[in-house]
Amino acid sequence: MRAFTYERASSIEAAAKAAASNPEAKFIAGGTNLLDLMKLEIETPTHLIDINSLGLDKIEPTSEGGLRIGALVRNTDLAAHERVRRDYGLVSRALLAGASGQLRNKATTAGNLLQRTRCPYFYDTNQPCNKRQPGSGCSAIGGFSRQHAITGTSEACIATHASDMAVAMRALDAVIETVKADGSRRSVPIADFHRLPGDTPEIETVLERGEFISAVVLPPPIGGRQIYRKVRDRASYAFALVSIGAVIQLDGTGRISVGGVAHKPWRIEQADAELPQGARATASILLADAHTTEQNRFKVDLVERTLGAIIAEARG
Amino acid sequence: MSVLKDTAQKALQTAISFVPDRWLPGAEPDPMRTKHGLIGAPVSRVDGPLKVEGKARFAAEVPYENMAYAALACSTISRGRIAALETAKAEAAPGVLLVMTYRNAPRMAPPPVMNSAPKAAGASDLPVMQDADIHWNGEPVALVLAETQEQADYAKSLIRVTYDLEPAITSFDVAKTRAHPPENILGEPSSIEFGDAEAALNGAAHRVDLMYRTPRYNHNAIELHAATVAWEGDKLTIHDATQMVNSTAWTVAQVFGLKEEQVRVLSPYVGGGFGGKCLWNHQILAAAASKLAGRPVRIALSREEVFRIVGGRTTTEQRVAIGAKPDGTLAALIHTGVAAMTTHNSCPEQFTFPARHLYAADTLKVAQDVADMDMVANTFMRAPGESIGTFALECAVDELAETMQLDPIELRRRIEPEKDPTTGHAFSSRNLIEAYRRGAEKFGWDKRDPTPRARRKGEWLIGMGCATATYPYYRMPGGAARIRLTREGRAIVSTAVHEMGMGTSTVQQQHVAARLGMSFDAVTFEYGDSTLPAGSMAGGSSQTASISATIIAATEALTKELLKLAGNDSPLAGLKPDQVEARNGGLCKRDEPDRFESYASILGRSQRQEVTCEASGPLPLEAQKYSMHSYGAQFCEMRVNMVTGETRVSRFLGSFDTGRILNSMTATSQFKGGIIMGLGLALTEETNFDARFGRIMNPSLAEYHVPVHMDVPRIDVIWNDIPDPHSPLGAHGIGEIGITGVGAAVANAVYNATGKRVRELPITLDKLL
Amino acid sequence: MQGSIQLEISRRVLLISSAATIAVNGVVTRDAAAQAAGSQMNNTEVSFVVNAESRKLNVDNRTTLLDALREHLHLTGTKKGCDHGQCGACTVMVDGRRINSCLTLVVMHEGDEITTIEGLGQPGNLHPMQAAFIKHDGFQCGYCTPGQICSSVAMLEEIKANIPSHVTENLTAETKTTPTEIRERMSGNICRCGAYSNIVDAIAEVAGTKA
Repeated sequence: MRAFTYERASSIEAAAKAAASNPEAKFIAGGTNLLDLMKLEIETPTHLIDINSLGLDKIEPTSEGGLRIGALVRNTDLAAHERVRRDYGLVSRALLAGASGQLRNKATTAGNLLQRTRCPYFYDTNQPCNKRQPGSGCSAIGGFSRQHAITGTSEACIATHASDMAVAMRALDAVIETVKADGSRRSVPIADFHRLPGDTPEIETVLERGEFISAVVLPPPIGGRQIYRKVRDRASYAFALVSIGAVIQLDGTGRISVGGVAHKPWRIEQADAELPQGARATASILLADAHTTEQNRFKVDLVERTLGAIIAEARG
Repeated sequence: MSVLKDTAQKALQTAISFVPDRWLPGAEPDPMRTKHGLIGAPVSRVDGPLKVEGKARFAAEVPYENMAYAALACSTISRGRIAALETAKAEAAPGVLLVMTYRNAPRMAPPPVMNSAPKAAGASDLPVMQDADIHWNGEPVALVLAETQEQADYAKSLIRVTYDLEPAITSFDVAKTRAHPPENILGEPSSIEFGDAEAALNGAAHRVDLMYRTPRYNHNAIELHAATVAWEGDKLTIHDATQMVNSTAWTVAQVFGLKEEQVRVLSPYVGGGFGGKCLWNHQILAAAASKLAGRPVRIALSREEVFRIVGGRTTTEQRVAIGAKPDGTLAALIHTGVAAMTTHNSCPEQFTFPARHLYAADTLKVAQDVADMDMVANTFMRAPGESIGTFALECAVDELAETMQLDPIELRRRIEPEKDPTTGHAFSSRNLIEAYRRGAEKFGWDKRDPTPRARRKGEWLIGMGCATATYPYYRMPGGAARIRLTREGRAIVSTAVHEMGMGTSTVQQQHVAARLGMSFDAVTFEYGDSTLPAGSMAGGSSQTASISATIIAATEALTKELLKLAGNDSPLAGLKPDQVEARNGGLCKRDEPDRFESYASILGRSQRQEVTCEASGPLPLEAQKYSMHSYGAQFCEMRVNMVTGETRVSRFLGSFDTGRILNSMTATSQFKGGIIMGLGLALTEETNFDARFGRIMNPSLAEYHVPVHMDVPRIDVIWNDIPDPHSPLGAHGIGEIGITGVGAAVANAVYNATGKRVRELPITLDKLL
Repeated sequence: MQGSIQLEISRRVLLISSAATIAVNGVVTRDAAAQAAGSQMNNTEVSFVVNAESRKLNVDNRTTLLDALREHLHLTGTKKGCDHGQCGACTVMVDGRRINSCLTLVVMHEGDEITTIEGLGQPGNLHPMQAAFIKHDGFQCGYCTPGQICSSVAMLEEIKANIPSHVTENLTAETKTTPTEIRERMSGNICRCGAYSNIVDAIAEVAGTKA
């Protein structure tokens, strides 16, 4: 790990200011992903701004009937929150399908959205990786790609976004509230928050330098059967090969968002419209532009199968 | 091993087959094999309290004044030469004491590779940081020593290495085309053939001819490989996590040009070994750096480095072909294949061993080759060979049974041999069919529908499978034990053996207490220190039999000495050692228990505070005369999701035939542990080796999927408990048998559930869609 | 440790003065400047309570809670098995919650109360979970054991606090202690020796349920 200076930020403004004044600074909250990457020198901040004591750890109702989740609400607390369990079961389910009890106790809501890919070539600093070292090439293409993205990929990057929670939030149309370095605030719909890799896979979100997430807002509850299914290589404590977050109403309409298949939680609203027609129709739109490798081709089939099971479960 | 040595060994084997039983160790069955006392009882681990309190001190936890921390920089190419090595920035980094590379490392001899000498422990015989040559992707090229681990870790990232690349063989598919037979396989011939097996196969009424593939695996003991080393003058102390203290001491002594006695290796606790905790580069490099710096050094590998620097189980491709006659006996049994290996190690992965001893067949052909690759030396990992060899063999037997429309257990009844198929030796103890009978009954095998996809619950298909487990009995020569008996009524038994969680110390304490007729608490068992009488390594499931034999020898010497001390005024006067037995803290005449004198009394009368005896165990000739193996029947119930292909093991039962069980609690745990590692082998584990650069791409516990709590169901373990008349205590080592057969039991259950035969491990969900 | 810290400081002084010299010459690189400025603060003082004992450390910012416990406080009961939050051997409780001590910096724990395996029972008086692990043979090599025990003690509190898990059937009902719940919730603690079912038995006994 590279040496870094450390400060405990005392206010949101101070944190934003500190970040703005140092291009090599990073915020640290849970630290479960950042420290993992710092130990490998994939992340090399020279200054850490500890934002744990900014009071961003509350879950409050919004005036519209939704829920505002502080950026620093721990995954455990969010999953266990009474209203989340009752009205946004998909969020609880997705969170509980991820990581371990220990990690969920530390990992935060914002950190979960910002976690970086698990691509093994990203993780090995001795291998070319356009995300880690722009322009160096992608060694996942032609390498081990069983876990990799099958849609929305580019020639520069086939990495996936590893979050489960983000998949649920995408299905629920969450909105991400941020504070910019100049203290101004903005709200970004989650659909626009994560980027596809394109030619710049190192840019993963629309956050600007020094901008940080202060809260995630869930719109008013939409009811329906909320089902999160995660298909993985172990029964627990493993990243998704494919995961699907679904909200399905009594009339068969609904929304679905897919994890493990793209650089961001994958949802296509036109595909949602096909839900009453069944899994095949829906999946064929979702994955119309699938680009697979020999190793991850199975994901196309797996998405459709898993979706079929979810639809059946929702009807049952 | 030379041809000469090979021939000599064959001659010895032939000679021994004519030797009368009574000349052999174990000739007269060990009386303790049926006696009770605490032997066999579920005694809790003696080191339990220390372990649950976090007070058991492992190798990376030994403190030293003025200790420095090491970090390694490793090569990123598979073969070539270091062209440039820039260390100045690292040397200038805060806290750095020195950077060691091939340019300034002390001159060291290459470590003698395992099996090249009795105490050779080298995982490979490559020189360690002595030149610019690179032999595998991950080979250490520099060591940074700093005041703190943080400083050392950072500084190593400042080292810049450039390489002149040389062509490397990093693809198994390429290497395989140049496969060749190894000189021998653990002293056994690489191929054996009797009769014309291919012709017999072709003419057989029923036959299967199948290919199986198994990937690389890593041990992944949770304790990271680590050592704390210190020099005192020309004496070196290594606090190590090792399965072989004596061999490590001897081998490190060869490396540094020292006498064996100048190197002390201590390893009282080992946080999991499974074959991986042996002598690798890191201990040698730490000792070298410590010498350069003149300070004690701690080296602790990262998880990634454990994957790069410590080898695992190698990849194999295996063919199993079996031809059966209409009556269900075998006309031909063929097991051949190839394993990846390097040119600098000696672990050919003996996957054809099970087929050599397991079933009767008119003709047999076993042959295995190795394919040389540029990679970290592969090594022994829990039941090397047998674990993946039984996967191929036992899946093929299952497929044959189906072809014949025969219950797979019934087929095994019909092919049960009367004597060892390849050596012709009598079995010392073989009750495999009894293990099947008892296992099938307890598991409810009769409820299995042989038709695949016959059972279903919701999305889940349910199936059952079984397979044979087998592992050889080994006892290592050369060990000794010392017993010190005090007038206060304590026995301290010392031998340089290992406790990695097998229960060694507990079991041997039970053993000594029973053999000396003392209470359990009156016995202390000392181990894990190379300065104690030489012990057996913890490998090949040999430790229990090896230690037991040395303890028997030491007890016999002690009895003789005590009878001498007892003299003419004792009730024991005039008795010979074979006329007495130990009881109630003393000796008595076997058939006249009243002729008794306590140890305290004998020592008191002879005005001795204590008596000490040391003795070596006899050569393991029993294994030359008999075919000695452990057996088991593994039963698995699988659920496979029809939609997603996800697999869940819902029930597992292992029914074992491993001689006498010495501690029912620790034995159960060890069997279960083997089975669970087998579940990983079957379903989730695989080391991803990128053939393009020869680099391991999942060197972490997040991407290398060791089974977690949720993957593991309740596991039942039963055993025959029939003592082997030819082994000490009637026991066999049981560390490895548990993993054997599991891969096949799982694969056969998956087939019964889904109708799909997966012949390439691990059985991940994408192979079942 | 004391010696090493002093040595570090003297090197740092050297570094700062040389950087200053460069600055005078007007050729300061950003790296050198950052290093010089940062070097004044690469250590931080932190006070916290470990096993009911107040502790104060002045540490390299890079020090994880795990390394602080093991290397600075010599509490080696907390184990390192992966250093990346992938095995659970380093599990400790911070303010009663279980976390991976390898994935948190010690400087982030100002004022926290930390309980390690050494603080769970008193000498000669084992915590019920420790005793249950011995009784049910919930370990072999013993290396993952402290993490398993700390994790399980905190895990039962999570069930009591009605925190759901992946296998909880009804999110709005009260959570129960079942063997499946235990297995799912303990899945962040890997045991390579394979003591899993014995561990579940031990935990179930402490929880007062049948495994």
